[in-house]
Amino acid sequence: MTTIFGVPTAALFGQLLLGLINGSFYAILSLGLAVIFGMLNIINFAHGALYMMGAFAAWMALTYLGLNYWWALIVAPLVVGAIGILIERTLIAPIAKLDHLYGLLLTFGLALIIQGIFRNYYGSSGLPYAAPPQLSGGQNLGFMFLPYYRGWVVVASLIVCLATWYMIEKTKLGAYLRAATENPTLVQAFGVNVPLLITLTYGFGVALAAFAGVLAAPIYSVNPNMGVDLIIVVFAVVVIGGMGSIMGSIVTGFGLGVVEGLTKVFYPEASSTVIFIIMVIVLLVKPTGLFGRAA
Amino acid sequence: MSESVTKAPVDTDPVTIESEAASSSHRILFAIIAVLLVVAPFVAYPVFVMKLLCFALFAMAFNLLLGYGGLLSFGHAAYFGMASYISAYTALHWNLNPEFAILLGTLGALVLGAVFGAVAIRRTGIYFAMITLALAQMVYFFCLQATGFTGGEDGIQGVPRGHLFGVFDLHNDLTLYVVVAVVFLAGFAIIYRVIHSPFGQVLKAIRENEPRAISLGYRTSRYKFVVFVLSATLSGLAGATKAIVFQLASLTDVGLGTSGEVVLMTLIGGMGTVLGPIVGAGVIVGMSNYLASLGGWVTVVQGVVFVVCVLLFREGIVGVLNKYAKTKF
Repeated sequence: MTTIFGVPTAALFGQLLLGLINGSFYAILSLGLAVIFGMLNIINFAHGALYMMGAFAAWMALTYLGLNYWWALIVAPLVVGAIGILIERTLIAPIAKLDHLYGLLLTFGLALIIQGIFRNYYGSSGLPYAAPPQLSGGQNLGFMFLPYYRGWVVVASLIVCLATWYMIEKTKLGAYLRAATENPTLVQAFGVNVPLLITLTYGFGVALAAFAGVLAAPIYSVNPNMGVDLIIVVFAVVVIGGMGSIMGSIVTGFGLGVVEGLTKVFYPEASSTVIFIIMVIVLLVKPTGLFGRAA
Repeated sequence: MSESVTKAPVDTDPVTIESEAASSSHRILFAIIAVLLVVAPFVAYPVFVMKLLCFALFAMAFNLLLGYGGLLSFGHAAYFGMASYISAYTALHWNLNPEFAILLGTLGALVLGAVFGAVAIRRTGIYFAMITLALAQMVYFFCLQATGFTGGEDGIQGVPRGHLFGVFDLHNDLTLYVVVAVVFLAGFAIIYRVIHSPFGQVLKAIRENEPRAISLGYRTSRYKFVVFVLSATLSGLAGATKAIVFQLASLTDVGLGTSGEVVLMTLIGGMGTVLGPIVGAGVIVGMSNYLASLGGWVTVVQGVVFVVCVLLFREGIVGVLNKYAKTKF
């Protein structure tokens, strides 16, 4: 068996792929956080809970309605996004003008509620959700074995991330969005419905989280705690990348996933803390984050 | 910048004068607290009161940072929990007397607070919150993995309460209660003193308007660092004491749930008030005690309380009472 730096290539590329997959989730989630933060100035602590909700929506769609994975990929983000819109209208909009910290506390409370409800109804042990038959199996690439589903996750999240980036940076709607982020009053004066834009942005960010949840469902078992640990890592990713740039959150998300995967190969003990260690180093060298602008 | 210059604006600050006027009502308040502390173990289960006091001290330490420094740390369980582990470990494996175990735990929190504080105060607002959260998560993973030290999922159990100064047997709940009450009062006095000192006034100035405080010549990052370390240390004191009281240190103490709970205590009691955290701790500890039969629904109830507090009740219980009493408790 061939080895690189004393590590079997199959293990190395296996962890690299796993890192890329985790990175896909980091990227989609931190992208959603960045979009929401840009418009609403709120750190959406409920993001992890909504990601978990997306995974559960896929499981429920299959179990109760018989809708398969491909339907879930469309339906779950729509349903959870709609719930997000409801949350924004009823809970977040009233505190929009207050200190950011209240938004953080409110969404933290929301996360407790959502996770608590799912934990009470479905327990903490996790429910299985099979990958779609079209994507079962895999391909031996010679240096490693590539399960089709995992490849699909990486490709799908890349497409979604880049599409979001294109929409925000290159289209007219995105221009409105960016302008409203800079100066909502002025944009409103030009006849753009800014409150609607804000609501839809929140809905969209939440839908991104739910989409990630559906992608995750066949890889990890669907369980109420799946968002909790992930979201803290994603916050660290956000601090490292800096909240300023959309591209920044995509690049940092994938990059840190890979770094984490490589750490698992060379020094497994540090794999769960490596991202936090990088965060500390980045903060000491460049407090605004790698892609961030000065606050 | 010389000290004489930095102190000048503080002494003429109307806030200082106002708090001096309130100091007579604060003296009455101290007396009431002292009486309550004496009566409490005879009307309520002493271990419950001790738990309440530990969490009240924790919440007061947290409020010093949030309510007076304006810094929302979302990872304060790190200092509470780490101190709790150190205190439990040294008491159990090194057979240290409880006073030394608590002291070492507190020192551990001080060191951890100094290291994390130095990193975290480089950013403000929500970034600060996220950084403290991430750092605390790092501590959590460390405690999960370092099974030789923390006992992993089991925690450190069967910690001996020992003999204070080698004399007083703390296995008696009432003797232990006196120790915990003294620790609580000492913490309360320190925090009260800090809040009502020129240092505390500068902190409030930074909280209200940091750029202005900088332009007045204050090195605000130093003030923030000091209050961060102080808050972490006192949180550690609370955690270390709790480990001796319950003879247990566990992952719960160092986890996100505890970090959230202490925020909730401060929020519900009234942030930036002297008494708020104590009242908040009473409500939350009481709630988890009396709602224990609800099982998993307790977190849902806590979440609802969070949301309701933020939406409708931002001043907290003591904040609302202060409005009617027209004074500052």
